[in-house]
Amino acid sequence: MSRLRRFLRDNAVPLALLSPAVLVILLVVLLPLLFSLYTSFSNYRLIRPESLWDVVWFRNYLRVLGDGDFWAALGRTVLFLTLVLNLEMLLGLGLALMVNRLTFGQRTMRTIMMFPMMFSPILVGFQFKYMFNDTIGVVNNALQSLGLTSHAIPFLVDRWLAFASIAIAEIWMSTSIFAILILAGLFAMPRDPVEAARVDGCTNWQVFRHITLPFLMPFIYIAMTIRSLDVARAYDIVDVMTGGGPAGRTELLWTLIARTAYDDSRMGQANAMAYVSILLSIFFTWYFFRKLMAARKHLGVF
Amino acid sequence: MSRRQKDILIWIGTFLVMLVICMPGLWVVLSAFRPNGEILTKPAVWIPRDLSWDNFRAIFGFGDAVVAIPVGSYFLNSLIISVTSTVVAVVIGMSGGYAFARYRFPGKGAAFLWLMLSRCVPGIALSLPLFIMWSWTGLIDTKLGVIIVYTAINVPFTVWLTEGFFRQVPRDLSEAAQIDGCTPWQAFWKVEFPLAKSGIASAAIFAFLTSWNEYALASQLTRSTDSKTLPVGLMDFTAQFTIDWAGMSAMAVIIIIPALVLTFLVQKHLIAGLTFGGVKG
Repeated sequence: MSRLRRFLRDNAVPLALLSPAVLVILLVVLLPLLFSLYTSFSNYRLIRPESLWDVVWFRNYLRVLGDGDFWAALGRTVLFLTLVLNLEMLLGLGLALMVNRLTFGQRTMRTIMMFPMMFSPILVGFQFKYMFNDTIGVVNNALQSLGLTSHAIPFLVDRWLAFASIAIAEIWMSTSIFAILILAGLFAMPRDPVEAARVDGCTNWQVFRHITLPFLMPFIYIAMTIRSLDVARAYDIVDVMTGGGPAGRTELLWTLIARTAYDDSRMGQANAMAYVSILLSIFFTWYFFRKLMAARKHLGVF
Repeated sequence: MSRRQKDILIWIGTFLVMLVICMPGLWVVLSAFRPNGEILTKPAVWIPRDLSWDNFRAIFGFGDAVVAIPVGSYFLNSLIISVTSTVVAVVIGMSGGYAFARYRFPGKGAAFLWLMLSRCVPGIALSLPLFIMWSWTGLIDTKLGVIIVYTAINVPFTVWLTEGFFRQVPRDLSEAAQIDGCTPWQAFWKVEFPLAKSGIASAAIFAFLTSWNEYALASQLTRSTDSKTLPVGLMDFTAQFTIDWAGMSAMAVIIIIPALVLTFLVQKHLIAGLTFGGVKG
Protein backbone atom coordinates (compact mmCIF):
# COMPACT_ATOMS: atom_id res chain seq x y z
CA MET A 1 0.00 0.00 0.00
CA SER A 2 2.79 2.39 0.84
CA ARG A 3 4.41 1.65 -2.51
CA LEU A 4 1.25 2.65 -4.29
CA ARG A 5 1.02 5.80 -2.22
CA ARG A 6 4.61 6.68 -3.06
CA PHE A 7 4.00 6.05 -6.75
CA LEU A 8 1.00 8.36 -6.63
CA ARG A 9 2.89 11.04 -4.75
CA ASP A 10 5.95 10.96 -7.00
CA ASN A 11 3.92 11.14 -10.19
CA ALA A 12 1.02 13.26 -9.05
CA VAL A 13 1.31 15.91 -11.76
CA PRO A 14 1.52 13.69 -14.86
CA LEU A 15 -1.14 11.36 -13.45
CA ALA A 16 -3.49 14.26 -12.84
CA LEU A 17 -2.86 15.61 -16.33
CA LEU A 18 -3.47 12.21 -17.89
CA SER A 19 -6.47 11.19 -15.85
CA PRO A 20 -9.22 12.90 -17.91
CA ALA A 21 -7.95 11.23 -21.09
CA VAL A 22 -7.71 7.84 -19.40
CA LEU A 23 -11.10 8.25 -17.77
CA VAL A 24 -13.01 9.11 -20.93
CA ILE A 25 -11.38 6.24 -22.82
CA LEU A 26 -12.12 3.82 -20.00
CA LEU A 27 -15.75 4.86 -20.10
CA VAL A 28 -16.32 4.91 -23.85
CA VAL A 29 -13.87 2.32 -25.16
CA LEU A 30 -12.61 -0.10 -22.53
CA LEU A 31 -15.77 -0.62 -20.49
CA PRO A 32 -17.95 -1.18 -23.58
CA LEU A 33 -15.34 -3.55 -24.99
CA LEU A 34 -15.33 -5.61 -21.79
CA PHE A 35 -19.09 -5.68 -21.90
CA SER A 36 -19.12 -6.77 -25.53
CA LEU A 37 -16.53 -9.42 -24.70
CA TYR A 38 -18.99 -10.79 -22.17
CA THR A 39 -21.93 -10.61 -24.57
CA SER A 40 -19.90 -12.47 -27.18
CA PHE A 41 -20.07 -15.43 -24.74
CA SER A 42 -23.80 -15.04 -24.21
CA ASN A 43 -26.87 -15.72 -26.24
CA TYR A 44 -27.91 -12.07 -26.06
CA ARG A 45 -30.67 -10.97 -28.40
CA LEU A 46 -31.93 -7.39 -28.43
CA ILE A 47 -35.57 -8.45 -28.44
CA ARG A 48 -35.17 -10.70 -25.38
CA PRO A 49 -33.34 -8.71 -22.64
CA GLU A 50 -33.25 -11.64 -20.20
CA SER A 51 -31.08 -13.60 -22.67
CA LEU A 52 -28.15 -11.42 -21.57
CA TRP A 53 -27.63 -13.83 -18.64
CA ASP A 54 -27.73 -16.88 -20.88
CA VAL A 55 -24.02 -17.75 -21.06
CA VAL A 56 -23.21 -20.06 -23.94
CA TRP A 57 -19.40 -19.85 -23.75
CA PHE A 58 -17.81 -20.42 -27.14
CA ARG A 59 -20.96 -21.27 -29.08
CA ASN A 60 -21.08 -17.87 -30.81
CA TYR A 61 -17.46 -18.15 -31.85
CA LEU A 62 -17.90 -21.71 -33.10
CA ARG A 63 -21.01 -20.71 -35.00
CA VAL A 64 -19.21 -17.73 -36.54
CA LEU A 65 -16.21 -19.85 -37.51
CA GLY A 66 -18.48 -22.40 -39.11
CA ASP A 67 -20.41 -19.78 -41.04
CA GLY A 68 -19.67 -19.54 -44.76
CA ASP A 69 -20.95 -15.96 -44.98
CA PHE A 70 -18.52 -14.89 -42.29
CA TRP A 71 -15.50 -16.37 -44.05
CA ALA A 72 -16.64 -14.88 -47.36
CA ALA A 73 -16.97 -11.45 -45.73
CA LEU A 74 -13.61 -11.80 -43.97
CA GLY A 75 -11.87 -12.87 -47.18
CA ARG A 76 -13.49 -9.99 -49.04
CA THR A 77 -12.39 -7.55 -46.33
CA VAL A 78 -8.77 -8.71 -46.39
CA LEU A 79 -8.73 -8.62 -50.20
CA PHE A 80 -10.31 -5.16 -50.10
CA LEU A 81 -7.75 -3.81 -47.62
CA THR A 82 -4.77 -5.25 -49.47
CA LEU A 83 -5.94 -3.98 -52.83
CA VAL A 84 -7.01 -0.56 -51.63
CA LEU A 85 -4.00 0.22 -49.43
CA ASN A 86 -1.52 -0.78 -52.13
CA LEU A 87 -3.24 1.14 -54.89
CA GLU A 88 -3.59 4.20 -52.66
CA MET A 89 0.11 4.00 -51.88
CA LEU A 90 1.14 3.74 -55.54
CA LEU A 91 -1.22 6.48 -56.71
CA GLY A 92 -0.26 8.71 -53.79
CA LEU A 93 3.43 8.21 -54.57
CA GLY A 94 2.78 9.15 -58.20
CA LEU A 95 0.83 12.25 -57.23
CA ALA A 96 3.47 13.36 -54.74
CA LEU A 97 6.32 12.92 -57.23
CA MET A 98 4.35 14.88 -59.80
CA VAL A 99 3.54 17.78 -57.47
CA ASN A 100 7.13 17.78 -56.22
CA ARG A 101 8.39 18.41 -59.78
CA LEU A 102 6.34 21.59 -60.15
CA THR A 103 8.46 24.71 -60.16
CA PHE A 104 5.57 27.13 -59.68
CA GLY A 105 1.97 27.02 -58.47
CA GLN A 106 2.80 24.13 -56.16
CA ARG A 107 0.84 25.47 -53.19
CA THR A 108 -2.36 25.73 -55.24
CA MET A 109 -1.99 22.19 -56.52
CA ARG A 110 -1.40 20.91 -53.03
CA THR A 111 -4.61 22.55 -51.90
CA ILE A 112 -6.58 21.09 -54.81
CA MET A 113 -5.08 17.70 -54.06
CA MET A 114 -6.57 17.79 -50.57
CA PHE A 115 -10.10 18.26 -51.88
CA PRO A 116 -11.21 14.62 -51.44
CA MET A 117 -9.89 14.53 -47.86
CA MET A 118 -12.65 16.90 -46.78
CA PHE A 119 -15.44 14.58 -47.91
CA SER A 120 -16.97 12.43 -45.24
CA PRO A 121 -17.02 8.71 -46.13
CA ILE A 122 -20.79 8.72 -46.23
CA LEU A 123 -20.68 11.50 -48.84
CA VAL A 124 -18.08 9.66 -50.88
CA GLY A 125 -20.34 6.63 -50.88
CA PHE A 126 -23.35 8.66 -51.92
CA GLN A 127 -21.37 10.45 -54.62
CA PHE A 128 -20.16 7.26 -56.24
CA LYS A 129 -23.54 5.60 -55.87
CA TYR A 130 -24.93 8.54 -57.80
CA MET A 131 -22.22 8.34 -60.46
CA PHE A 132 -22.40 4.58 -60.93
CA ASN A 133 -26.21 4.44 -60.93
CA ASP A 134 -27.41 2.31 -63.83
CA THR A 135 -30.11 4.64 -65.12
CA ILE A 136 -29.07 8.18 -64.25
CA GLY A 137 -25.39 7.77 -63.33
CA VAL A 138 -22.90 9.95 -65.15
CA VAL A 139 -20.63 6.99 -65.92
CA ASN A 140 -23.34 5.03 -67.69
CA ASN A 141 -24.61 8.15 -69.43
CA ALA A 142 -21.15 8.94 -70.72
CA LEU A 143 -20.56 5.39 -71.94
CA GLN A 144 -23.89 5.39 -73.75
CA SER A 145 -23.46 8.86 -75.24
CA LEU A 146 -20.09 7.81 -76.59
CA GLY A 147 -21.69 4.70 -78.03
CA LEU A 148 -19.40 2.36 -76.11
CA THR A 149 -22.29 0.34 -74.75
CA SER A 150 -25.90 0.07 -75.80
CA HIS A 151 -27.37 -1.00 -72.47
CA ALA A 152 -26.77 0.28 -68.95
CA ILE A 153 -24.02 -1.49 -67.02
CA PRO A 154 -25.26 -2.52 -63.55
CA PHE A 155 -22.17 -1.34 -61.69
CA LEU A 156 -23.64 -1.76 -58.22
CA VAL A 157 -25.42 -5.04 -58.86
CA ASP A 158 -22.80 -7.25 -60.44
CA ARG A 159 -20.57 -8.92 -57.84
CA TRP A 160 -17.15 -7.81 -59.08
CA LEU A 161 -18.23 -4.50 -60.58
CA ALA A 162 -19.79 -3.54 -57.27
CA PHE A 163 -16.63 -4.56 -55.42
CA ALA A 164 -14.56 -2.49 -57.85
CA SER A 165 -16.90 0.50 -57.52
CA ILE A 166 -16.58 0.44 -53.73
CA ALA A 167 -12.80 0.13 -54.02
CA ILE A 168 -12.71 3.12 -56.39
CA ALA A 169 -14.72 5.19 -53.91
CA GLU A 170 -12.38 4.24 -51.09
CA ILE A 171 -9.27 4.95 -53.17
CA TRP A 172 -10.65 8.33 -54.27
CA MET A 173 -11.24 9.28 -50.67
CA SER A 174 -7.88 8.33 -49.21
CA THR A 175 -5.18 8.60 -51.87
CA SER A 176 -4.52 12.24 -50.99
CA ILE A 177 -3.55 11.29 -47.43
CA PHE A 178 -0.74 9.18 -48.88
CA ALA A 179 0.18 11.92 -51.35
CA ILE A 180 0.42 14.60 -48.64
CA LEU A 181 2.54 12.49 -46.31
CA ILE A 182 4.86 11.30 -49.08
CA LEU A 183 5.17 14.88 -50.29
CA ALA A 184 6.23 15.87 -46.79
CA GLY A 185 8.92 13.19 -47.08
CA LEU A 186 10.10 14.56 -50.42
CA PHE A 187 10.38 18.05 -48.92
CA ALA A 188 12.46 16.73 -46.05
CA MET A 189 14.83 14.79 -48.28
CA PRO A 190 18.46 15.97 -48.36
CA ARG A 191 19.68 16.93 -51.85
CA ASP A 192 23.32 15.87 -51.56
CA PRO A 193 22.98 12.10 -52.01
CA VAL A 194 20.85 12.59 -55.12
CA GLU A 195 23.37 14.96 -56.68
CA ALA A 196 26.28 12.72 -55.73
CA ALA A 197 24.55 9.76 -57.36
CA ARG A 198 23.95 11.75 -60.53
CA VAL A 199 27.61 12.78 -60.68
CA ASP A 200 28.48 9.10 -60.41
CA GLY A 201 26.32 8.46 -63.47
CA CYS A 202 23.15 6.95 -61.98
CA THR A 203 20.04 6.99 -64.15
CA ASN A 204 16.83 8.62 -62.95
CA TRP A 205 15.39 5.21 -62.17
CA GLN A 206 18.44 4.15 -60.17
CA VAL A 207 18.32 7.37 -58.13
CA PHE A 208 14.65 6.81 -57.43
CA ARG A 209 15.00 3.11 -56.61
CA HIS A 210 18.08 3.30 -54.38
CA ILE A 211 17.96 6.78 -52.82
CA THR A 212 14.53 8.40 -52.99
CA LEU A 213 12.39 5.36 -52.29
CA PRO A 214 14.29 4.08 -49.22
CA PHE A 215 14.15 7.58 -47.78
CA LEU A 216 10.39 7.75 -48.38
CA MET A 217 9.64 4.36 -46.83
CA PRO A 218 9.10 5.65 -43.24
CA PHE A 219 6.67 8.23 -44.59
CA ILE A 220 4.82 5.56 -46.55
CA TYR A 221 4.54 3.38 -43.43
CA ILE A 222 3.29 6.34 -41.39
CA ALA A 223 0.56 6.84 -43.98
CA MET A 224 -0.22 3.10 -43.84
CA THR A 225 -0.41 3.20 -40.03
CA ILE A 226 -2.70 6.24 -40.02
CA ARG A 227 -4.86 4.67 -42.70
CA SER A 228 -5.21 1.31 -41.01
CA LEU A 229 -6.49 3.14 -37.93
CA ASP A 230 -9.56 4.32 -39.78
CA VAL A 231 -9.84 1.82 -42.58
CA ALA A 232 -13.07 0.54 -41.04
CA ARG A 233 -14.67 3.76 -42.22
CA ALA A 234 -15.22 1.83 -45.45
CA TYR A 235 -18.32 0.63 -43.58
CA ASP A 236 -19.95 3.98 -44.35
CA ILE A 237 -19.18 3.70 -48.05
CA VAL A 238 -20.46 0.16 -48.39
CA ASP A 239 -23.53 0.89 -46.30
CA VAL A 240 -24.67 3.72 -48.52
CA MET A 241 -23.53 2.29 -51.88
CA THR A 242 -24.81 -1.26 -51.79
CA GLY A 243 -25.79 -1.95 -48.17
CA GLY A 244 -23.70 -5.12 -48.48
CA GLY A 245 -26.08 -6.43 -51.08
CA PRO A 246 -27.37 -7.50 -53.45
CA ALA A 247 -27.77 -10.78 -51.57
CA GLY A 248 -24.63 -10.21 -49.51
CA ARG A 249 -22.33 -10.09 -52.52
CA THR A 250 -20.44 -6.99 -51.35
CA GLU A 251 -20.68 -7.70 -47.65
CA LEU A 252 -17.53 -6.69 -45.78
CA LEU A 253 -16.91 -7.75 -42.21
CA TRP A 254 -18.23 -4.47 -40.81
CA THR A 255 -21.54 -4.46 -42.67
CA LEU A 256 -22.06 -8.11 -41.74
CA ILE A 257 -21.61 -7.16 -38.06
CA ALA A 258 -24.17 -4.36 -38.34
CA ARG A 259 -26.66 -6.62 -40.08
CA THR A 260 -26.28 -9.45 -37.57
CA ALA A 261 -26.63 -7.08 -34.61
CA TYR A 262 -29.36 -4.69 -35.64
CA ASP A 263 -31.38 -6.46 -38.34
CA ASP A 264 -31.18 -10.00 -36.98
CA SER A 265 -30.80 -8.65 -33.39
CA ARG A 266 -28.26 -11.38 -32.57
CA MET A 267 -25.98 -9.24 -30.39
CA GLY A 268 -23.93 -12.12 -28.99
CA GLN A 269 -22.92 -13.43 -32.36
CA ALA A 270 -22.32 -9.92 -33.74
CA ASN A 271 -20.00 -9.17 -30.84
CA ALA A 272 -18.04 -12.34 -31.53
CA MET A 273 -17.56 -11.13 -35.11
CA ALA A 274 -16.73 -7.63 -33.88
CA TYR A 275 -13.86 -9.08 -31.88
CA VAL A 276 -12.48 -10.67 -35.03
CA SER A 277 -12.67 -7.29 -36.77
CA ILE A 278 -10.94 -5.53 -33.88
CA LEU A 279 -8.12 -8.07 -34.01
CA LEU A 280 -7.87 -7.52 -37.75
CA SER A 281 -7.54 -3.74 -37.28
CA ILE A 282 -4.98 -4.14 -34.53
CA PHE A 283 -3.02 -6.58 -36.69
CA PHE A 284 -2.86 -4.19 -39.66
CA THR A 285 -1.87 -1.25 -37.46
CA TRP A 286 0.73 -3.26 -35.54
CA TYR A 287 2.18 -4.66 -38.78
CA PHE A 288 2.70 -1.25 -40.36
CA PHE A 289 3.94 0.25 -37.09
CA ARG A 290 6.61 -2.47 -36.92
CA LYS A 291 7.56 -1.75 -40.53
CA LEU A 292 7.75 1.94 -39.68
CA MET A 293 10.10 1.35 -36.79
CA ALA A 294 12.30 -0.94 -38.91
CA ALA A 295 12.44 1.62 -41.72
CA ARG A 296 13.36 4.40 -39.31
CA LYS A 297 16.13 2.31 -37.78
CA HIS A 298 17.38 1.35 -41.24
CA LEU A 299 17.69 4.99 -42.25
CA GLY A 300 19.08 6.05 -38.91
CA VAL A 301 18.00 9.63 -39.45
CA PHE A 302 15.00 9.93 -37.16
CA MET B 1 12.38 22.27 -75.60
CA SER B 2 13.49 24.89 -73.13
CA ARG B 3 13.39 24.33 -69.41
CA ARG B 4 10.62 26.88 -69.03
CA GLN B 5 8.41 25.13 -71.59
CA LYS B 6 8.96 21.82 -69.85
CA ASP B 7 7.92 23.31 -66.48
CA ILE B 8 4.73 24.66 -68.01
CA LEU B 9 3.93 21.28 -69.59
CA ILE B 10 4.40 19.55 -66.24
CA TRP B 11 2.09 22.12 -64.64
CA ILE B 12 -0.60 21.57 -67.26
CA GLY B 13 -0.31 17.80 -66.88
CA THR B 14 -0.61 18.04 -63.11
CA PHE B 15 -3.56 20.40 -63.41
CA LEU B 16 -5.39 17.94 -65.70
CA VAL B 17 -4.82 15.10 -63.23
CA MET B 18 -6.13 17.26 -60.37
CA LEU B 19 -9.16 18.16 -62.45
CA VAL B 20 -9.96 14.49 -62.98
CA ILE B 21 -9.55 13.88 -59.25
CA CYS B 22 -11.90 16.71 -58.32
CA MET B 23 -14.49 15.78 -60.93
CA PRO B 24 -16.66 13.42 -58.83
CA GLY B 25 -17.00 16.03 -56.09
CA LEU B 26 -17.72 18.84 -58.52
CA TRP B 27 -20.37 16.71 -60.21
CA VAL B 28 -22.30 16.44 -56.95
CA VAL B 29 -21.96 20.19 -56.36
CA LEU B 30 -23.31 20.85 -59.86
CA SER B 31 -26.23 18.45 -59.30
CA ALA B 32 -27.19 20.35 -56.18
CA PHE B 33 -28.18 23.29 -58.39
CA ARG B 34 -30.11 21.27 -60.99
CA PRO B 35 -33.77 20.31 -60.76
CA ASN B 36 -34.48 16.64 -60.13
CA GLY B 37 -36.26 16.42 -63.50
CA GLU B 38 -33.15 17.35 -65.39
CA ILE B 39 -31.05 14.82 -63.48
CA LEU B 40 -33.50 12.02 -64.31
CA THR B 41 -34.00 12.90 -67.99
CA LYS B 42 -33.10 10.34 -70.63
CA PRO B 43 -31.06 10.83 -72.76
CA ALA B 44 -28.81 12.68 -70.36
CA VAL B 45 -28.66 16.46 -70.39
CA TRP B 46 -24.98 17.33 -70.41
CA ILE B 47 -25.09 21.12 -70.41
CA PRO B 48 -27.16 22.24 -67.39
CA ARG B 49 -30.09 24.35 -68.62
CA ASP B 50 -31.44 25.90 -65.47
CA LEU B 51 -29.36 26.24 -62.35
CA SER B 52 -31.07 27.53 -59.22
CA TRP B 53 -31.05 27.50 -55.44
CA ASP B 54 -34.40 25.65 -55.43
CA ASN B 55 -33.00 22.44 -53.93
CA PHE B 56 -31.51 24.32 -51.00
CA ARG B 57 -34.73 26.25 -50.47
CA ALA B 58 -36.66 22.99 -50.57
CA ILE B 59 -34.59 21.10 -48.00
CA PHE B 60 -34.74 24.02 -45.60
CA GLY B 61 -38.50 24.16 -46.02
CA PHE B 62 -38.88 27.33 -48.10
CA GLY B 63 -40.15 27.52 -51.65
CA ASP B 64 -42.68 25.48 -53.56
CA ALA B 65 -41.27 21.98 -53.41
CA VAL B 66 -41.12 21.07 -49.73
CA VAL B 67 -39.01 18.18 -48.59
CA ALA B 68 -40.12 16.69 -45.29
CA ILE B 69 -36.62 16.32 -43.94
CA PRO B 70 -35.63 18.54 -41.01
CA VAL B 71 -32.22 19.50 -42.37
CA GLY B 72 -32.15 22.60 -40.18
CA SER B 73 -32.22 20.66 -36.92
CA TYR B 74 -29.76 18.07 -38.26
CA PHE B 75 -27.40 20.90 -39.05
CA LEU B 76 -27.79 22.39 -35.59
CA ASN B 77 -27.27 18.98 -33.95
CA SER B 78 -24.13 18.39 -36.01
CA LEU B 79 -22.78 21.81 -35.10
CA ILE B 80 -23.44 21.48 -31.36
CA ILE B 81 -22.10 17.95 -31.19
CA SER B 82 -18.96 18.61 -33.26
CA VAL B 83 -17.98 21.89 -31.60
CA THR B 84 -18.54 20.66 -28.03
CA SER B 85 -16.75 17.36 -28.52
CA THR B 86 -13.85 19.10 -30.27
CA VAL B 87 -13.35 21.64 -27.51
CA VAL B 88 -13.51 19.01 -24.78
CA ALA B 89 -11.28 16.57 -26.67
CA VAL B 90 -8.65 19.24 -27.31
CA VAL B 91 -8.53 20.31 -23.66
CA ILE B 92 -8.32 16.71 -22.43
CA GLY B 93 -5.91 15.67 -25.18
CA MET B 94 -3.67 18.68 -24.62
CA SER B 95 -3.32 17.91 -20.95
CA GLY B 96 -2.50 14.28 -21.77
CA GLY B 97 -0.08 15.25 -24.54
CA TYR B 98 1.68 17.64 -22.17
CA ALA B 99 2.06 14.90 -19.57
CA PHE B 100 3.65 12.58 -22.15
CA ALA B 101 5.92 15.28 -23.54
CA ARG B 102 7.19 16.77 -20.27
CA TYR B 103 7.17 14.13 -17.54
CA ARG B 104 8.79 10.79 -16.95
CA PHE B 105 6.67 8.24 -15.17
CA PRO B 106 6.67 4.45 -14.95
CA GLY B 107 4.66 2.70 -17.64
CA LYS B 108 4.75 5.73 -19.93
CA GLY B 109 5.50 3.78 -23.10
CA ALA B 110 2.81 1.20 -22.41
CA ALA B 111 0.24 3.88 -21.56
CA PHE B 112 0.93 5.65 -24.83
CA LEU B 113 0.62 2.43 -26.83
CA TRP B 114 -2.69 1.50 -25.20
CA LEU B 115 -4.07 4.96 -25.82
CA MET B 116 -3.25 4.65 -29.50
CA LEU B 117 -4.60 1.09 -29.71
CA SER B 118 -7.97 2.31 -28.45
CA ARG B 119 -8.19 4.19 -31.74
CA CYS B 120 -8.03 0.87 -33.66
CA VAL B 121 -11.47 -0.29 -32.61
CA PRO B 122 -13.77 -0.02 -35.64
CA GLY B 123 -16.72 2.31 -35.03
CA ILE B 124 -19.29 -0.33 -35.83
CA ALA B 125 -17.73 -2.79 -33.37
CA LEU B 126 -17.82 -0.15 -30.66
CA SER B 127 -21.39 0.78 -31.51
CA LEU B 128 -22.77 -2.61 -30.40
CA PRO B 129 -21.96 -2.36 -26.67
CA LEU B 130 -22.43 1.42 -26.64
CA PHE B 131 -25.89 1.01 -28.12
CA ILE B 132 -26.92 -1.30 -25.27
CA MET B 133 -25.21 0.70 -22.51
CA TRP B 134 -26.56 4.01 -23.76
CA SER B 135 -30.07 2.54 -23.92
CA TRP B 136 -29.76 1.49 -20.28
CA THR B 137 -28.49 4.88 -19.13
CA GLY B 138 -30.88 6.90 -21.28
CA LEU B 139 -28.04 8.46 -23.25
CA ILE B 140 -29.34 6.97 -26.48
CA ASP B 141 -30.70 9.52 -28.92
CA THR B 142 -29.33 12.47 -26.94
CA LYS B 143 -26.71 14.96 -28.06
CA LEU B 144 -24.82 14.38 -24.81
CA GLY B 145 -24.47 10.67 -25.57
CA VAL B 146 -22.92 11.37 -28.97
CA ILE B 147 -20.69 14.14 -27.57
CA ILE B 148 -19.21 11.78 -24.97
CA VAL B 149 -18.46 9.15 -27.60
CA TYR B 150 -16.89 11.62 -30.04
CA THR B 151 -14.77 13.15 -27.31
CA ALA B 152 -13.35 9.74 -26.51
CA ILE B 153 -12.58 8.78 -30.09
CA ASN B 154 -10.83 12.11 -30.67
CA VAL B 155 -8.68 12.07 -27.54
CA PRO B 156 -5.98 9.58 -28.69
CA PHE B 157 -5.15 11.42 -31.88
CA THR B 158 -5.16 14.78 -30.07
CA VAL B 159 -2.77 13.42 -27.46
CA TRP B 160 -0.50 12.11 -30.21
CA LEU B 161 -0.40 15.36 -32.19
CA THR B 162 -0.01 17.73 -29.24
CA GLU B 163 2.64 15.52 -27.65
CA GLY B 164 4.78 15.88 -30.78
CA PHE B 165 4.41 19.65 -30.69
CA PHE B 166 5.03 20.12 -26.98
CA ARG B 167 8.19 18.06 -27.29
CA GLN B 168 9.55 20.54 -29.83
CA VAL B 169 9.12 23.45 -27.42
CA PRO B 170 12.41 23.64 -25.48
CA ARG B 171 12.03 22.82 -21.82
CA ASP B 172 14.30 25.75 -20.86
CA LEU B 173 11.73 28.32 -21.93
CA SER B 174 9.20 27.31 -19.33
CA GLU B 175 11.90 27.01 -16.66
CA ALA B 176 13.24 30.47 -17.51
CA ALA B 177 9.74 31.91 -17.24
CA GLN B 178 9.29 30.29 -13.83
CA ILE B 179 12.60 31.70 -12.61
CA ASP B 180 11.34 35.10 -13.72
CA GLY B 181 8.40 34.68 -11.40
CA CYS B 182 5.69 32.95 -13.43
CA THR B 183 3.63 30.22 -11.83
CA PRO B 184 3.84 26.88 -13.70
CA TRP B 185 0.37 27.57 -15.10
CA GLN B 186 1.37 31.04 -16.35
CA ALA B 187 4.55 29.61 -17.86
CA PHE B 188 2.49 27.06 -19.75
CA TRP B 189 -0.21 29.47 -20.85
CA LYS B 190 2.05 32.35 -21.87
CA VAL B 191 5.11 30.54 -23.21
CA GLU B 192 4.52 26.94 -24.18
CA PHE B 193 0.94 27.13 -25.41
CA PRO B 194 1.56 29.86 -28.03
CA LEU B 195 4.56 27.95 -29.37
CA ALA B 196 2.57 24.75 -29.80
CA LYS B 197 -0.41 26.57 -31.25
CA SER B 198 -0.19 25.20 -34.78
CA GLY B 199 -0.17 21.65 -33.45
CA ILE B 200 -3.15 22.34 -31.25
CA ALA B 201 -4.97 23.98 -34.15
CA SER B 202 -4.41 20.99 -36.41
CA ALA B 203 -5.51 18.63 -33.64
CA ALA B 204 -8.70 20.67 -33.27
CA ILE B 205 -9.40 20.55 -36.99
CA PHE B 206 -8.88 16.82 -37.17
CA ALA B 207 -11.18 16.34 -34.20
CA PHE B 208 -13.84 18.59 -35.68
CA LEU B 209 -13.72 16.88 -39.07
CA THR B 210 -13.87 13.43 -37.48
CA SER B 211 -16.97 14.38 -35.49
CA TRP B 212 -18.57 16.30 -38.33
CA ASN B 213 -18.17 13.37 -40.76
CA GLU B 214 -18.72 10.37 -38.45
CA TYR B 215 -21.47 8.00 -39.47
CA ALA B 216 -21.07 4.42 -38.20
CA LEU B 217 -21.59 5.27 -34.50
CA ALA B 218 -24.05 8.09 -35.00
CA SER B 219 -26.26 5.95 -37.23
CA GLN B 220 -26.87 3.58 -34.30
CA LEU B 221 -26.83 6.00 -31.38
CA THR B 222 -29.23 8.59 -32.81
CA ARG B 223 -32.73 8.18 -34.13
CA SER B 224 -34.79 11.36 -33.96
CA THR B 225 -34.38 15.06 -34.66
CA ASP B 226 -33.16 15.41 -31.05
CA SER B 227 -29.74 14.11 -31.95
CA LYS B 228 -29.51 12.99 -35.59
CA THR B 229 -26.50 14.50 -37.33
CA LEU B 230 -26.15 15.52 -40.98
CA PRO B 231 -24.39 12.33 -42.18
CA VAL B 232 -27.16 10.21 -40.64
CA GLY B 233 -29.80 12.56 -42.03
CA LEU B 234 -28.41 12.09 -45.53
CA MET B 235 -29.86 8.59 -45.48
CA ASP B 236 -33.36 10.07 -45.06
CA PHE B 237 -33.33 10.84 -48.78
CA THR B 238 -33.10 7.14 -49.59
CA ALA B 239 -36.59 5.72 -49.55
CA GLN B 240 -37.36 2.10 -50.35
CA PHE B 241 -37.40 2.51 -54.11
CA THR B 242 -36.69 6.13 -54.86
CA ILE B 243 -33.91 8.51 -54.08
CA ASP B 244 -34.23 12.28 -54.19
CA TRP B 245 -30.88 12.84 -55.91
CA ALA B 246 -31.19 16.62 -56.16
CA GLY B 247 -32.09 17.02 -52.49
CA MET B 248 -29.35 14.65 -51.46
CA SER B 249 -26.80 16.58 -53.52
CA ALA B 250 -27.88 19.84 -51.91
CA MET B 251 -27.48 18.31 -48.48
CA ALA B 252 -24.08 16.95 -49.50
CA VAL B 253 -22.99 20.49 -50.34
CA ILE B 254 -24.19 21.67 -46.93
CA ILE B 255 -22.08 18.97 -45.26
CA ILE B 256 -18.99 19.78 -47.34
CA ILE B 257 -18.95 23.58 -46.98
CA PRO B 258 -17.93 23.89 -43.31
CA ALA B 259 -15.28 21.21 -43.76
CA LEU B 260 -14.02 22.94 -46.90
CA VAL B 261 -13.85 26.41 -45.37
CA LEU B 262 -12.16 25.15 -42.23
CA THR B 263 -9.58 23.09 -44.08
CA PHE B 264 -8.64 25.92 -46.43
CA LEU B 265 -8.37 28.42 -43.59
CA VAL B 266 -5.88 26.33 -41.71
CA GLN B 267 -4.29 24.12 -44.32
CA LYS B 268 -0.82 25.47 -43.53
CA HIS B 269 -1.24 24.23 -39.95
CA LEU B 270 -2.75 21.02 -41.23
CA ILE B 271 0.29 20.02 -43.26
CA ALA B 272 2.67 21.11 -40.50
CA GLY B 273 0.59 19.13 -38.00
CA LEU B 274 0.60 16.00 -40.10
CA THR B 275 4.29 16.08 -40.91
CA PHE B 276 5.78 17.22 -37.60
CA GLY B 277 3.39 15.55 -35.22
CA GLY B 278 3.32 12.39 -37.26
CA VAL B 279 6.80 12.02 -38.67
CA LYS B 280 9.10 13.27 -35.99
CA GLY B 281 6.89 12.25 -33.08
